[in-house]
Amino acid sequence: MNKIYLDNNATTQVDQRVMDKMAPFFVEKYGNPNSLHGFGTETHPAMAEALNSLYAGINASDDSDILVTSCGTESNNTVLKGIFIDYILKGEKKHLITSQIEHPAIRNTCEFLESLGAEVTYLPVNDEGIVTAEILKEHLRRGETALVSIMWANNETGLINPVKELALAAHEYGALFHTDAVQALGKIKVDVQDTDVDFLTFSGHKFHGPKGVGGLYIKEGLKLTPFFHGGEQMGKKRAGTVNVPLMVGMGYALDLAVKALDYENKEIRRLRDKLEDAIMSIDDTIVIGKRELRTPNTILASFKGIEGEAFLWDLNWNGIAASTGSACSSEDLEADATFQAMHVDADLSHTGVRFSLSRFTTEEEIDRAIEIIRKTVERLRSISSTYR
Amino acid sequence: MGKNDLIGGSLWDHYSNKVADRMNNPRNLGEISEEDAKAIGARLIVADWGAESCGDAVRLYWAVDEKTEKIVKGSFKSFGCGTAIASSDMMVELCLGKTVEEAMKITNLDVEKALRDNPDEPAVPPQKMHCSVMAYDVIKQAVAIYKGTDKEALDNQEMVCECAQVTLSTIKEVIRINNLKTVEEITEYTKAGAFCKSCIKPGGHEEKKYYLVDILKETRAEMELEREKEEAEKFENKSFFQKSKMIQAFFDAEIRPMLQSDGGDIDIVDIIDKGDTLELQVRYQGACHGCASSTAGTLYFIEGKVHEALSDKIDVAIV
Repeated sequence: MNKIYLDNNATTQVDQRVMDKMAPFFVEKYGNPNSLHGFGTETHPAMAEALNSLYAGINASDDSDILVTSCGTESNNTVLKGIFIDYILKGEKKHLITSQIEHPAIRNTCEFLESLGAEVTYLPVNDEGIVTAEILKEHLRRGETALVSIMWANNETGLINPVKELALAAHEYGALFHTDAVQALGKIKVDVQDTDVDFLTFSGHKFHGPKGVGGLYIKEGLKLTPFFHGGEQMGKKRAGTVNVPLMVGMGYALDLAVKALDYENKEIRRLRDKLEDAIMSIDDTIVIGKRELRTPNTILASFKGIEGEAFLWDLNWNGIAASTGSACSSEDLEADATFQAMHVDADLSHTGVRFSLSRFTTEEEIDRAIEIIRKTVERLRSISSTYR
Repeated sequence: MGKNDLIGGSLWDHYSNKVADRMNNPRNLGEISEEDAKAIGARLIVADWGAESCGDAVRLYWAVDEKTEKIVKGSFKSFGCGTAIASSDMMVELCLGKTVEEAMKITNLDVEKALRDNPDEPAVPPQKMHCSVMAYDVIKQAVAIYKGTDKEALDNQEMVCECAQVTLSTIKEVIRINNLKTVEEITEYTKAGAFCKSCIKPGGHEEKKYYLVDILKETRAEMELEREKEEAEKFENKSFFQKSKMIQAFFDAEIRPMLQSDGGDIDIVDIIDKGDTLELQVRYQGACHGCASSTAGTLYFIEGKVHEALSDKIDVAIV
C-alpha cells in the first residue's frame, strides 16, 4: 500500500530538480564562498542565481536584504530579538503586538521577551479567523509600539491575513511590521513591495526545498541588530559560513514554486475542494474558515465525536499522514489554540484534523483518502461515547 | 535530558503493542441495554466520566448481579485518543468477574500495568498517563451510582481542576501512589492544570479554592511526616528504656497469658544491651518450670513471636 502524504504544511518533499541542482555543491563545488581562491569563487554564480530567485520570488527591491538563515524560526527570532534590543532595551519603545494564532516560533519568543520586560499584546481574530486592521488599530500605541508581527497565512487553518492593511495600520502608528510568511510562499502570491512589509520570514522546506534553510527579508534602509555575531558573511548581517548547497536549493525551489503558483491555485485547489466537499458530505463535520479566505492547499476539519489524535492514529494505520494542528505541538495536551482563538464550540476543540496538499498530491491519492476518511469516521464514531 | 530527548515527536513509539492492539481492536467495546441486563438477571449501571471539551470522555456499562455484587458483564464507549480507548478497554476487562467493592480498588496503575508488554516498561508515555486515571475515575462513578451515593461522597473530596474534572482526593492519591514530586507530573498523570491552568497556582484567570502547588506541598509534607512517624515507631529507633517497656508490654499482653492458660508463667529478669542485639533474660514459673519443652519448642516459639512483633535482633535466654 502506497502511503499518502497530506501533511504538507508540516514539511514537503524536496523536488527532485532541486536535489539535482544542489548535488554539485556538496562534493564538487564545496568551496567556502568567502575564500579568495577558485574553490570559493566558483560557488558565486550559483549563489547569485539563488538570490535572484529569492528576490524575484517575493518581489524584493535590489537595495533591500534577503538574509539566508537556517530556518524560519531563526528568521523570526532575528526580527523579534533584534527589535527588542534596538528599541525596547534602549528604552525608545516598550510594546510589541502579535496575534493569538501565531506559530510557537513567534508566540514563545514573544513570551520570552515579555519575561525580559517587553509589553506584548496578543491580538484575537475575528469570527472568520482573521486578524484585521481594525482589531490591530485598537491596540497600536503611537510612540510605544515598536513592532507588529502577524503571520501571512495560518499553518493550521490556512486562513490568510490582510497583510497589506495590517502593515499600513502599523506604519500609521509609527510601528514596524513583520510577517511570518512561512505558510504563504509557494501557495499564494507574496509581494513585499505591494504589501509594504518591513520584515518577512520564509522557510525552504515548506515549498519543496531542503530543511535547514530559511530566509529573512529586510526592507531597504532598515537596520536590525544581527542575531548571529561572527564573520562578515551576508553583508555582516548574519554571521556563519553560508550553506551554499541549501541556499542554491532554496532559491531554485522558490523559482519552481512561483512558476507553479497557477497550478497551485487551480489544480491543487480543485483537489483540495474535492476532498473538502467529501469531508463536508459526512454528517456533523465542519471545516474551519471560508474556502476563499484560505491558502488553496489546506483543510482544518472537525469531526464531531472523534478526538483528533485518535483520527490521526487510524489514518496512519491506513497509510495516510495528516496532523492535529502544528506538528511542533503534537505532544501538547492542550486544546488547539486556533480553535480557542476562533471561539469554536469547546466540545470540538479536540477534534481538529488538518489535511494539507502539495503539487505532488494526485487525484488518485485524494480519492483513496476520501474512502479511508469515511471508514475512519464510521469506526471511531462507533466507539465514541459522545457521538449521538 | 540528553540524547534521548533531542528527537521529539515519537509519542506513538512509546505505546506498548497491547495499547496499539486494543486501540485497533477493542475487546469490550459497546453498550449494554436494560433488556440485556435483565435477560441475565443483573442490574445495569451506566457511568460517564470526562468531557469532550477536555479531550477525553468515557462511558462505562456494568451488569451487576445484585446477589453476589459481582460485575458479570461490562463494556465501554469512549471519546478520546488511542491510549484513552485502550485504557478503557483494559479497565473493563479488569472489572469483569470482580465484586463492586473489589472493582473500586482498581487504580490507574493497575490499568497501565495490565497494558504493558514488558513488566519494566511503561505502556504509555507520561503525558498519556491521564488516560488511565480517567478509566479509574469512571469506575468510582459507577460504584457511586450502584451504591446510590455520589462520587464526591465516595471521594469525600472537592473538585480542584474543573476543566479536567479532577478532584482533590484523586490528586492526593495520585501524588501518593506514584510518589509525584512536581506540578508538571501531576498534570501529566491527571490532566489537572493542563487546560486553563487556573488551578496550578494563584494568579491565573480564575480564583480557586485549591491550587496544585499547595496540594503538592501539603501532600509531600504529610507523606514526609508519615514516613518520619513510621520511622519513629520502629523498634530499632527507640531508646533502651522504651525498648524495655515495649518488650515488657508485649510479654504481658501476648506471651504470659498463653503460658498462664497452661498453669505456667514467665518473668523477664533482665535486658542486656549487647550493642547489635539485646539479650532478654527470662525465668519460667509454675508448670513451665522444669517442663521438657520449655528449653526447646516453647523457647523457640517465644523467640519467634518476639522477632515477628518487635525485632529479630533480640535473643531470648533462660536464666
